[in-house]
Amino acid sequence: MPKDGGIGASTKRREDVRFLTGKGRYTDDINIRGQAHAWFVRSDVAHGTLNKVDVAAAEAMPGVLKVFTAADFAGVGGIPCGWQVTDRFGKPMLEPKHPVLAEGKVRHVGDPIAVVVAETLEQARDAAEAVEVDISELTPVLDMKAAIAADAPKVHEEIGSNLCYDWGFVEENKAAVEEAFKNAAHVTTLELVNNRLVANPMEPRVAVGDFDSAGGMHTLYTTSQNPHVIRLLMGAFVLGIPEHKLRVVAPDVGGGFGSKIYHYAEEAFVTFAAKTLNRPVKWTSTRSEAFISDAQGRDHVTKIELALDKDNNFTALRTETYANMGAYLSTFAPSIPTWLHGTLMAGNYRTPLIYVNVKAVFTNTVPVDAYRGAGRPEATFQLERLVDKAARELGVSPVELRRQNFIKPDQFPYQTPVAVVYDTGNYDATMDKLLEISDYAGFPARAAEAKARGKWRGFGVAHYIEACGIAPSNLVGQLGARAGLYESATVRVNATGSLSVFTGSHSHGQGHETSFAQVVAEMIGIDAGQIEIVHGDTSNTPMGMGTYGSRSLAVGGSAIVKATNKIINKAKKIAAHLLEASEADIELKDGKFSVAGTDKSVDWSGVTLAAYVPHNYPLESMEPGLEETAFYDPSNFTYPSGGYGCEVEVDPETGKVEIVAFSAADDFGNIVNPMIVEGQVQGGLAQGIGQALMENCVFDENGQLLSGSFMDYAMPRAEDVPFFKVDHSCVTPCTHNPLGVKGCGEAGAIGSPPAVVNAVIDAFHRAGRTDITHIDMPVSPARVWAALNG
Amino acid sequence: MAKVSMTVNGKSVSGEVEGRTLLSTFLREGLGLTGTHVGCDTSQCGACVVHIDGKAVKSCTTFAQDVAGAEVKTIEGMANTDGSLSTIQQAFQDHHGLQCGFCTPGMVMSAAALLADNPKPTEAEVRHHLEGNICRCTGYHNIVKAVLAASGQDVGQIAAE
Repeated sequence: MPKDGGIGASTKRREDVRFLTGKGRYTDDINIRGQAHAWFVRSDVAHGTLNKVDVAAAEAMPGVLKVFTAADFAGVGGIPCGWQVTDRFGKPMLEPKHPVLAEGKVRHVGDPIAVVVAETLEQARDAAEAVEVDISELTPVLDMKAAIAADAPKVHEEIGSNLCYDWGFVEENKAAVEEAFKNAAHVTTLELVNNRLVANPMEPRVAVGDFDSAGGMHTLYTTSQNPHVIRLLMGAFVLGIPEHKLRVVAPDVGGGFGSKIYHYAEEAFVTFAAKTLNRPVKWTSTRSEAFISDAQGRDHVTKIELALDKDNNFTALRTETYANMGAYLSTFAPSIPTWLHGTLMAGNYRTPLIYVNVKAVFTNTVPVDAYRGAGRPEATFQLERLVDKAARELGVSPVELRRQNFIKPDQFPYQTPVAVVYDTGNYDATMDKLLEISDYAGFPARAAEAKARGKWRGFGVAHYIEACGIAPSNLVGQLGARAGLYESATVRVNATGSLSVFTGSHSHGQGHETSFAQVVAEMIGIDAGQIEIVHGDTSNTPMGMGTYGSRSLAVGGSAIVKATNKIINKAKKIAAHLLEASEADIELKDGKFSVAGTDKSVDWSGVTLAAYVPHNYPLESMEPGLEETAFYDPSNFTYPSGGYGCEVEVDPETGKVEIVAFSAADDFGNIVNPMIVEGQVQGGLAQGIGQALMENCVFDENGQLLSGSFMDYAMPRAEDVPFFKVDHSCVTPCTHNPLGVKGCGEAGAIGSPPAVVNAVIDAFHRAGRTDITHIDMPVSPARVWAALNG
Repeated sequence: MAKVSMTVNGKSVSGEVEGRTLLSTFLREGLGLTGTHVGCDTSQCGACVVHIDGKAVKSCTTFAQDVAGAEVKTIEGMANTDGSLSTIQQAFQDHHGLQCGFCTPGMVMSAAALLADNPKPTEAEVRHHLEGNICRCTGYHNIVKAVLAASGQDVGQIAAE
């Protein structure tokens, strides 16, 4: 292993030094000479007819350069959706236009109406107060079930319905599923809500547009998880700028969690305005603005049913879900409740028949799209709550009912009835590990001790599966994706042996600069310090699809491995020439090429120098230089899984739930940097616990967002979570990528919410309150108190 | 506009500010000290925490004019004089107490203020002290561990070492 860390080492992160000394370069730290400032005038009503926008007074205010309205964008496309879902009748989803600025109607609180651009931010804000907006309020569409009634008001009149699609999966299984329910010995039913969440990365979104009129070159600096995707969507579909005239840079980005995947109107606006005004234009979101303009997450209302035979084997599962799209289709929104949700409904179990129905609905709320886990937390929550409820109804252990129905280690690869094939896994092993690290055996004693203090202690288990490493392009294409989902890498070896690796993945907290360097260092046998990881700029990285869906190492890392192998193959040819040996006899070890069975060798830098100073070089058969690009498109998703255990104490006097312990036993396949993996899980757990106990995005009956700031939306803080026990020693390597890795970024947020709620229900039941079989998230003190006291 | 002068990271500085100019804006835009971050507009997240005369203060809720003459310290002034990471900064790196890095300057400044007042805090005291600093990445596990380690306490027994 390289002395500063190869694969498997908890190498300290190189990016930390700049972040710890205030030298990070985030988008808001970028100021371009001559830049003007944009301030958005947004709708303060949820639904209304936009009668008039009068900008005359605002344009006369000091420092104002221009006030933009929809009229300025007449020749510009709408914000595109990147995924088309086909409904159960074979029809494409309804896809209304999403204008850059509101045209004729406003459809959610926060919908942008006009933008003031002024010399200073203060001038822009002051002038925004003078923009006169005349709106006739319409009845807002908020409740999803009411929204699809024929006489409901329409969010988009021109498409005639609020039902985006009615999706059935697998439609051909529907009759067999119905039959299995008729023949069931027991049926467990659960109705639940998966609460709407706000991603809230700590860095609000920022966009800075710049235009070089001499060369006709546009540059957009933006807080994005995938700059190439933004370049494609904005350039090709919104503004009509060809890629070679559009550079998109996502520098240091302060967290994403999905909310920075999407192409947003503000990005198109600053790019457009920079050319119109021939000035750089900067927009920085406030947190209040983020709450009404960043795509939000979850928001499903579900009924789920499980059929079991007399021996407690699962025989069929069916679900009906209403999924909130919000007012417009965000970039990946249609795929979340369908292909990232329905395909996961088998969970870890051998359930032979599954039918999933999803009705996606437009409402007068902020658009909803992927948030950490994206569809998979929704699937896991309903399934793992349902299995727990079934166990209680049947009087069997929730752990044992799960075990009995687990897919067994010798059944992989396992074809589920919902299209996907799990390559590897060992769910009994992760369940065993969970029970060990959580001291499950010692729980009764802890519960008794808590009872003596007047607290109700409960233990909740959940076992999750997720599909990560999105994805095989040919498969996602069949599922409606309008883009490929490969990843790219260019490895540029410099003359003296150092390397620059250009990746299409993007790091916004994941530590790629460290872990990707560990992979390359291990492969070549040089120190990681000789390797620079470059990401986030379309002008120097190959076309890549970016970071989401726990795909960076599994897909982006595999592209790096592929490109590095090309480098090594060429370097061996050069070494063979230098050593006057056969290429087949050349071995690479610890950064040195040697001829097998001899003491002849040349070191790494000797070969790299020969590649660029080719005085002694096989020029007749090979080009000089040492630079290779690879694109990696996986043959399958990866399938991380794990057992999660939550221990809570409920105070029956106040309804407060305290997490007293949380354990996670994950199978992520092989691990490159254990320290980083543990950090990813810990962070995901806090977000999942936040969803389960605290976070909730609430709109009132008028469609006003009540939870629109950190004063109102309960973000988990340091006192709300315990130290976590995190284990990743159960390893079944992925069989189809070169590193055998599965991805770890979302697991914590997927597996934890059902574990928390199961623990609360367990505490109720142990205290004799078996009448309470479910409580919706967030399990706040008020909800617990109400459940206990009617 | 009025002139304001103060000491920032040991250097005398001055600039023209409006009455409404926030200290965070003065530091970031006026002095180019972009390590101080602004993550919210309700004084909740703590990404903007700096030290004013030794006390941890949210610079997004402080007018620049109100700290005229004060000693201000930001994340840019936290490293040792030779440029190496200070004990707290080093503990954050050693224990993976940061991911995206955006909340990190405020976390470090808050943690430094805690350890100045309470050199050996308990886990509960660390968590309580950090209530005004929100992190969305780490789940706080490694932040709390880093602060305990920076105080010289043994964190080897904390889970997931």
